[in-house]
Amino acid sequence: MNENKLLEIKNLTIQYKTDNGLVHAVNDLSLSLKKGESLGLVGETGAGKTTTALGIMNLVPDPPGIIIGGEIQFEGSDLLKLSKQNMRKVRGEKISMVFQDPMTSLNPVMTVGKQIAESVRIHETLSRKEAEQRAVDVLEMVGIPGERFNEYPHQFSGGMRQRVVIAIALACRPDLLIADEPTTALDVTIQAQVLDLIANLKKEQQSSLIMITHDLGVVAEVCEKVAIMYAGRLIEYGTLDDIYNHTRHPYSIGLFSSIPSIDGDEERLRPIPGLMPDPINLPKGCSFWPRCNRATENCKRAVPALIESDPDHWVRCIHIDKAGFFEKNAVSKKTDTSRNESITHTKDTDVEIDSSKLEESLASG
Amino acid sequence: MSTLLEVRDLKKYFKTPSGTVHAVDGVSFSIEEGKTLGVVGESGCGKSTLGRTVIRLLQPTAGAILYDGRDISSPSKEELKALRREMQMIFQDPFSSLNPRMTVKDTILEPMEIHRLYDGDRTKQSESVLDLMDTVGLARRLADSYPHELDGGRRQRIGIARALALEPRFIVCDEPVSALDVSIQAQILNLMQDLQEEKNLTYIFITHDLSVVKHISDKICVMYLGQVVEMCHSKTLFKQQYHPYSQALLSAIPLPKVGVTRKRILLRGEISSPIDPKPICRFASRCPHAKPICFEKEPNLVHVKDQHYVACHLQKEGQPYELPLPEDTVEIENK
Repeated sequence: MNENKLLEIKNLTIQYKTDNGLVHAVNDLSLSLKKGESLGLVGETGAGKTTTALGIMNLVPDPPGIIIGGEIQFEGSDLLKLSKQNMRKVRGEKISMVFQDPMTSLNPVMTVGKQIAESVRIHETLSRKEAEQRAVDVLEMVGIPGERFNEYPHQFSGGMRQRVVIAIALACRPDLLIADEPTTALDVTIQAQVLDLIANLKKEQQSSLIMITHDLGVVAEVCEKVAIMYAGRLIEYGTLDDIYNHTRHPYSIGLFSSIPSIDGDEERLRPIPGLMPDPINLPKGCSFWPRCNRATENCKRAVPALIESDPDHWVRCIHIDKAGFFEKNAVSKKTDTSRNESITHTKDTDVEIDSSKLEESLASG
Repeated sequence: MSTLLEVRDLKKYFKTPSGTVHAVDGVSFSIEEGKTLGVVGESGCGKSTLGRTVIRLLQPTAGAILYDGRDISSPSKEELKALRREMQMIFQDPFSSLNPRMTVKDTILEPMEIHRLYDGDRTKQSESVLDLMDTVGLARRLADSYPHELDGGRRQRIGIARALALEPRFIVCDEPVSALDVSIQAQILNLMQDLQEEKNLTYIFITHDLSVVKHISDKICVMYLGQVVEMCHSKTLFKQQYHPYSQALLSAIPLPKVGVTRKRILLRGEISSPIDPKPICRFASRCPHAKPICFEKEPNLVHVKDQHYVACHLQKEGQPYELPLPEDTVEIENK
C-alpha cells in the first residue's frame, strides 16, 4: 500500500436483505484517499453514498445489511476485520462522521457541552475538567461562544446545531472526517457559514474529508477529487477539473445539464430520461443503459470496467475508448423525454431503444 | 397583458402563547396572466404562508387580494368554492400530500367529483383523468396504483394532475421540486413550463432554490421575515441586487463550476424572531451596510428603476444606489 494513502477501499460490496429481495446497495466499489485530500462522493438518492460511508465506519445495520466482501484499508489494517472493541477506538478518534440531520443526531436531554466532552473522554484519558475545557475550545473553534456549553440542543438554531455536530466530530482531531449531506437541511446563507467552517478546519487540522452530497456546487467549493456513483457503482472518478470540465460518463453529463444555471440563460433543461433502477433488480450490464442515449446492445452484456481515460480520470463506460471523448454539449437532444415516461419502467427490460441509429452514430463518431 | 392577481398590503398574523407571529407583514405585488412570480427566501420568511393566504387556504389578517379584478379577501362559502376551480395548489412533499389509501385515478378524480364536472358523468370524468395522466406524463397503466408504489417524481406528477383537474387559471406551487433528485427535478420543471405555455397558466412559484427560481420565473420577489425586500425581473436580480440581503443571498450560492473565484458575503448572526418584531428594518442586525436610521424606522418598498423595487434605507425612489461589497467577505475559489 502506498505510504501516502490514508484510506483504500477495495471491491466493497454491501447488500440489504429485505422481504422483497436482495438490495444491491454498493457493488464492487474501489476508492482511495490520500492524506489531507478531500473527496466529494456524488450521486442521487439510492446511489449507495451513505451505505458506503456506513461501510467505512463499520456501522451498516445488520440485519438487514451484510458486507458481502471487500477490504477497507485504513492506516495499515482492514477495518472490516477489526474486533468490535478496536473498531470503537477508530470511530470518533481516527474517523468521525457528521450526519445529515442536525435535529436528530444530538441527544435532546443532554447539554451540548456534555455531548462533546463525552466523546473526548471515551477516547482519551482526560479528567472531567480537561474534557470540558476541550469541549469549550472546539465550540469556539466552530464559532459558538463557550458560554453556551450548558445549553440544550433545542436552544440552538439549525445551523448552530449542525456546528455542534461538527464540533463533536472534530473533538478528537480525527484523521478522516466523513460528512453526509452536512448542509442539505440548511438555508444557503447558513450553508455558506458551515462550508466556510469545514474549509478552514480542513486547512488547520490537515485532516482528510469525504463529503457526501448531491450538490455539485458544494463539491466544487470544498473538494479536490470527485467520485460519481450510480446504482451502487462508481461510474466516474477524477479531479474537479476532470469531472467539471472534461465530463465523460453520459450519466455525469446528464447530471450537469439537469441543473439550472445561475449565470446562464438556458430556456430549457435537458434532464436524464427515466428513473433510477430498482436496486433489487438492476439491469444486466451497465446499470445506466435504460436511461442512456448512447446505449447499444453491448452495454447490456456486461458491467463495463473502469477505464483510465486520462491520467487518473476513471470512467465506467464502454464507449469511452471506442467513440472518443464525449463533450458536454454532445448529448443528443432527441431523448428529451421529460414529458413522458417512455423509458421509466426499469424493472422490466421492455425498453425500446433505437439501437441501430446509435450503433450508426457510434461507428461514425 | 392583463393583471390576473394583485395583492395589496397583505398581512397574516398568528397568535401564539409567546406573542403574535408576523408571518406575512404588508406584502404587495401583482402578476400578469400567463406569467410566473417566483418567491424566494429562507425557512421561516413567510413564503409558504403567503402562498396559502393568497389562495385563500388561510384567512388574511388584513389587506386586499384582487383576483381578476374582484376582491377575494373575504368571500362567502359559495364564492370560495367557485374560486377553488380557478386557483389550485401544488404541494412540496409528494410523500405526505397524497392520500395513501387512494389510487392514482381516485386522487385525480376527487376534485372533479366534488365540483360535479361534466354534470357528474362518471365515464367522462374517468376519460378526463386518463387524459390528464397523459398530459403530465404518467403511464395509464399506473391508474390503479397507490402512492407508496411510486417514486417521488411520479407522485409529484399526480399532484400536478390533481391540481390541473379543475382546469384552473392560477396555481400556487409551494416548493414543488425540492424533495426531488436533480435529474427528476429537471423533468418536472420542464413539464411545468410546457403546461404553462399550453394552458396559459399563471404561477406563484415558492422555493428556496435560487437557480430554480431564476430558471422558471418572470418576476422574482425576495422575502425576509414576512416582508418583500426586493422585487424585479428575474434576470435583472441576478445581475444587480440593490438590497443587502439579496446581495448576500446570491453570493452564498455554491456554483457547480471549476476555475472561478468570487467574493462571498458572510452574514453574521441568525435570523431574528418574527414574533412581535420592532418597527425597524428587520435585516438591520445582520446587515453589513446598516446605518443608525435602520435601527429607528422601517424602510418602505421604493421603485429605484425599471420595475425594480427595494425596501432599504440606502435606496431612494428613482435613485438606485449600487451597493459596494462589504468588508466582511471571504474569497471562494473553486480550483
